[in-house]
Amino acid sequence: MNRQAQAVVLLLFGGAVVKASVTDMYLRYVKEGLRPFLIVAGLLLIAAAVMTLWYDLRRRRPTPATEGGPEHDHGHEHHGHDHGNGHHEPRVGWLLILPVLGLLLVSPPALGSYAAAQAGTALAGQQLSDYPPLPEGDPVKISVLDYASRAIFDEGASLGQRRVQLSGFVATGPDGQPMLARIILSCCAADGRPIKVGLEGEAPAGLAADTWVEVVGGYSPRTESDPVNGESIPYLRVESWREIPVPKQQYE
Amino acid sequence: MVRMARPGTDSPSSEGGISAVTAADSPATRPAPPADGLRTGEPPRGAGRPPRRRLFGDRVGSIEVLAVLLILLVLFRGPIASLISDARLQTWTTVFVSVMVQAMPFLVFGVALSAVIAVFVPRSFWAKALPKHPALAVPVASAAGVVLPGCECGSVPIAGSLIRRGVTPAAALAFLLAAPAINPIVLTATAVAFPRNPEMVVGRGVASLIVAMVMGWLWLRLGRADWIKLPHRPDLDDLSRGRAFWAAVRHDVMHAGGFLVLGAMAAATINVIVPEVWLQRLADEPVLSVIALALLAVLLSICSEADAFVAASLSQFSLTSRLVFLVVGPMVDLKLISMQAGTFGRRFALRFAPATLAIAVLVAVAVGGVLL
Repeated sequence: MNRQAQAVVLLLFGGAVVKASVTDMYLRYVKEGLRPFLIVAGLLLIAAAVMTLWYDLRRRRPTPATEGGPEHDHGHEHHGHDHGNGHHEPRVGWLLILPVLGLLLVSPPALGSYAAAQAGTALAGQQLSDYPPLPEGDPVKISVLDYASRAIFDEGASLGQRRVQLSGFVATGPDGQPMLARIILSCCAADGRPIKVGLEGEAPAGLAADTWVEVVGGYSPRTESDPVNGESIPYLRVESWREIPVPKQQYE
Repeated sequence: MVRMARPGTDSPSSEGGISAVTAADSPATRPAPPADGLRTGEPPRGAGRPPRRRLFGDRVGSIEVLAVLLILLVLFRGPIASLISDARLQTWTTVFVSVMVQAMPFLVFGVALSAVIAVFVPRSFWAKALPKHPALAVPVASAAGVVLPGCECGSVPIAGSLIRRGVTPAAALAFLLAAPAINPIVLTATAVAFPRNPEMVVGRGVASLIVAMVMGWLWLRLGRADWIKLPHRPDLDDLSRGRAFWAAVRHDVMHAGGFLVLGAMAAATINVIVPEVWLQRLADEPVLSVIALALLAVLLSICSEADAFVAASLSQFSLTSRLVFLVVGPMVDLKLISMQAGTFGRRFALRFAPATLAIAVLVAVAVGGVLL
């Protein structure tokens, strides 16, 4: 791959990353805190592409005074890329088109029910020694992770008779019935792990997997074991539910 | 012009100290490249003629290929998207893209900073800064890796030019091993990837430093100068600083980025294909899990700026085996072996890589046993 083709690939890659980070698309893949770094790094790539093209164009129409130097650089660099060992950037660099393709053309969705079914519920290791009282509100909005930890490790003591409101996507539970799931990230989707909560009572029915729902309900002592890793999946006694649009921040 | 930028650093007489250097720098094995004419200030000897014609052909070739490829991709966007609608493929794509997006700022900042140092810090500085005695130069060179933020792809050519500039190979090799693993960008990435285990950062730094020093000293005892065969390498000396900076950034992003794509694809494949139950079984065996992750580090060839995130995702494995992954990865992997064979010669790489792998695994397990 020559310098101009490389510049085009750099421009596309930088542009794709900047585009993903000025829209909310980057939230499907990484955490929110990475945004400024993504923008700066994307702009740097664009600058590298522009400077490469600029130097290359300047070199292509040499003035008589500078002819010796630029001509020389030309042959020189070319020689290096052909015979200098270990300089295979031309070939391996083509691969950088793939993430551009992924970001601009495919734009894959955030991890959903398939990933949730593949991995065991990630409650292990989330255990706190002491759960603070629930915040105010009826129903009180808490995260799926918070509910699941309180239900399993605290055996519902800090939940009591309160009504809670959880949001997540629908996935198929161990009993074949729909359950609520949410993916948690520590930095990017490669380490995404699901948190699963089974639904009983007025559970949503007839919804496709990956539909986002908001459920309101109370603690249920029932638990099932996750077939993937043997961890406990807590249950929620659902009083009501409604479909919601896909949230901006799909991970917890 | 540009070639006058740093005339002092190019004096060939300053490089004669080590037999490996003089042997390697002699152009006897290959036709005298045009660069030599420039170095010694001779007028370019027909520099452009045959190469230029080929370059022209090459240029038309890859730009055209790229343009056609992009047009095809846009035209067939629909079919491509529906091809990926399968849940498994879709998850693969999501994981692949997210590894790339997560690693990309670290890659770009690392490349930019190492370009700043490669272009704006004269290489003669390193030779002056190191102690004269080789056995003392090894730990100093290892620790100096802290100031070279970059991934392993950047440190291979730098170690080669350090040897050219008269640094003893043992010190340059210690630097080569230490720099990608203990620099601030990589350690920051590790801290970000393991928010609950700051001891992983300490373990990674300590174990990598020890491996680098042991390998440096081993080279002093057992290494032979004639294993190293440096090829002619055109470098940034002949370019103006601005141009050299952007050339280094472009080269390193294309090079390291390309290998990062390979690593991200492998990581996504393992993430989707390998059943968690199977990994779980492997992860439960302490010895097997160390061996498995050491091999995985060699095969995945992930940039050291990104490998911590992959290690974090292998959460079924013990912290010690993931430390092995983080220590081995920046020192031995497929792309490094090929780069080392290209920079130092095959005879060197065939001996250096297996020895480094063995010592890296042993040291990482020992450090993991103490710290984690």
